[in-house]
Amino acid sequence: MTMRDLPLLEIEGLTHFYGAQLGCRNVSFDIYSGEVLAIVGESGSGKSTLLNCLSAQLRPTGGTIHYRMRDGSRLDVYGAGEAEQRRLLRTDWGFVHQHPHRGLRMGVSAGANVGERLMVVGERHYGNIRAKALEWLGKVEIDGARIDDVPNTFSGGMQQRLQIARNLVTEPRLIFMDEPTGGLDVSVQARLLDLIRTLVADLGLSVIIVTHDLAVARLLSDRIMVMKGGEVIETGLTDQVLDDPHMPYTQLLVSSILQVGA
Amino acid sequence: MGGLPLLRISGMSKGFTMHLQGALRLPVVSHVAFEVAAGECVVLGGPSGAGKSSILKSVYGNYLSDCGEILIRHDGEMVDIARLAPRGMLEVRRRSVGYVSQFLSVIPRVTAIDLVTQEGVKWFQDREQAEARAAELLTRLNVPERLWNLPPATFSGGEQQRVNIALGFIGRHPLLLLDEPTASLDAKNAGVVRDLIAERKALGHGLLGIFHDPAMRDAVADRIVDVTSFAAVA
Ligand SMILES: Nc1ncnc2c1ncn2[C@@H]1O[C@H](COP(=O)(O)OP(=O)(O)O)[C@@H](O)[C@H]1O
Ligand SMILES: Nc1ncnc2c1ncn2[C@@H]1O[C@H](COP(=O)(O)OP(=O)(O)O)[C@@H](O)[C@H]1O
Ligand SMILES: [Mg+2]
Ligand SMILES: [Mg+2]
Repeated sequence: MTMRDLPLLEIEGLTHFYGAQLGCRNVSFDIYSGEVLAIVGESGSGKSTLLNCLSAQLRPTGGTIHYRMRDGSRLDVYGAGEAEQRRLLRTDWGFVHQHPHRGLRMGVSAGANVGERLMVVGERHYGNIRAKALEWLGKVEIDGARIDDVPNTFSGGMQQRLQIARNLVTEPRLIFMDEPTGGLDVSVQARLLDLIRTLVADLGLSVIIVTHDLAVARLLSDRIMVMKGGEVIETGLTDQVLDDPHMPYTQLLVSSILQVGA
Repeated sequence: MGGLPLLRISGMSKGFTMHLQGALRLPVVSHVAFEVAAGECVVLGGPSGAGKSSILKSVYGNYLSDCGEILIRHDGEMVDIARLAPRGMLEVRRRSVGYVSQFLSVIPRVTAIDLVTQEGVKWFQDREQAEARAAELLTRLNVPERLWNLPPATFSGGEQQRVNIALGFIGRHPLLLLDEPTASLDAKNAGVVRDLIAERKALGHGLLGIFHDPAMRDAVADRIVDVTSFAAVA
């Protein structure tokens, strides 16, 4: 058995309550290397709660998450110390937020935003950091001449692309995204989606992406999980769930998309 | 034909429960049972609405069958795709079963030649070989060369359809599913598809198709499976 045959992330009975308020309940699944999973559902269904728990940013009330490290060992994510969790999130994992100001440092240059994550993994040579930052700006289609500008001067689409460069520069294996195209114009969205699709395929990344937009899920993901009221109500291959939905709520989601498109 | 079985369906049923229409139950086909062997082209016959596409989509894992077995030859074994996890189904699709419909799902910004080449790269030794094969297919399907370096989003319906056929036929999936790929194609291009099917049969691949046009159907079919014999009773 090779490492590819073993799950990268194993989630078992994950539950989170905010006091008495249910966030998500009893979620279990595995993610393998190179898989793209979309989590869909209406606002308030628990998607962000689940994603924050998965990415070691919100300690769940119950359940476990195990992560397969590069050396093959299996890490109990919430059993590990906070320093270890932070290190994972800054190196092996990435998190792309819907709002760029949560994922970027708006007061420092684009180059520094990308370079900062490299420094966390131990790169100290200024020339190398700048060269790598420039390379990644190019990969996300940002003009290298903008390297010393602060993100505040960028358009929304550019800020999202910068956030992606900042996350990918450390060559992570697992990326979490929370509505990465939310709030962008349709044409800007299309370009960003295309960029994400290409990078994910070229780098063989594993991705867990939260979206309320089924068209985004169809374009980017292999698998889909439908959430309602904090619980996963239907899962499967993305095209199968969208073309042959079985649960009443999934049929409603799919049909309301059709009406929007018509 | 006595070839190795590539697809074996038995006791399969498929219907839909329409929850938005008061959980209306729509049975489509039941007790479906037939085989496709290496080197043959089996055509599903029956009127519109009989369930031909539903069977094809269930074989591709795009629809979830309600019961029964759908065995596909994969890595030398017959694998029941009705009970396969998504990851397994994607592997089967990658290497063992392909699907061609009459519609191209357009990916923005990728050119026609790149689209077909990218699929070819999965099957040929190197990119040059894949690109040469892509160019050959686009030429044979009469896609004008001036369009090759453009994304197909702006192509006419017929041009997109022919790019889609190139995409489906550049692969070497031992089992190929065809859902009316020649619908509304002119006679010349329909003839090209007929040749492509014959070439795949000669390679020992199996094809399961739906063809509306009787002339096309008779030209490619080794056997016709009448889907009305699987009609489900409500
Ligand atoms: N910080 C919080 N405190 C209390 N309740 C919260 C908090 N964050 C989310 N919730 C509640 O948890 C449920 C799931 O929310 P969320 O995970 O944000 O859903 P989604 O991302 O699908 O919109 C909602 O009922 C929401 O009001
Ligand atoms: N995704 C679906 N949801 C609901 N009903 C469907 C779906 N796909 C097909 N059907 C219904 O199943 C029946 C058979 O359709 P189909 O398999 O497309 O037949 P054919 O290809 O023989 O024309 C039709 O009544 C059709 O409306
Ligand atoms: Mg949210
Ligand atoms: Mg049909």
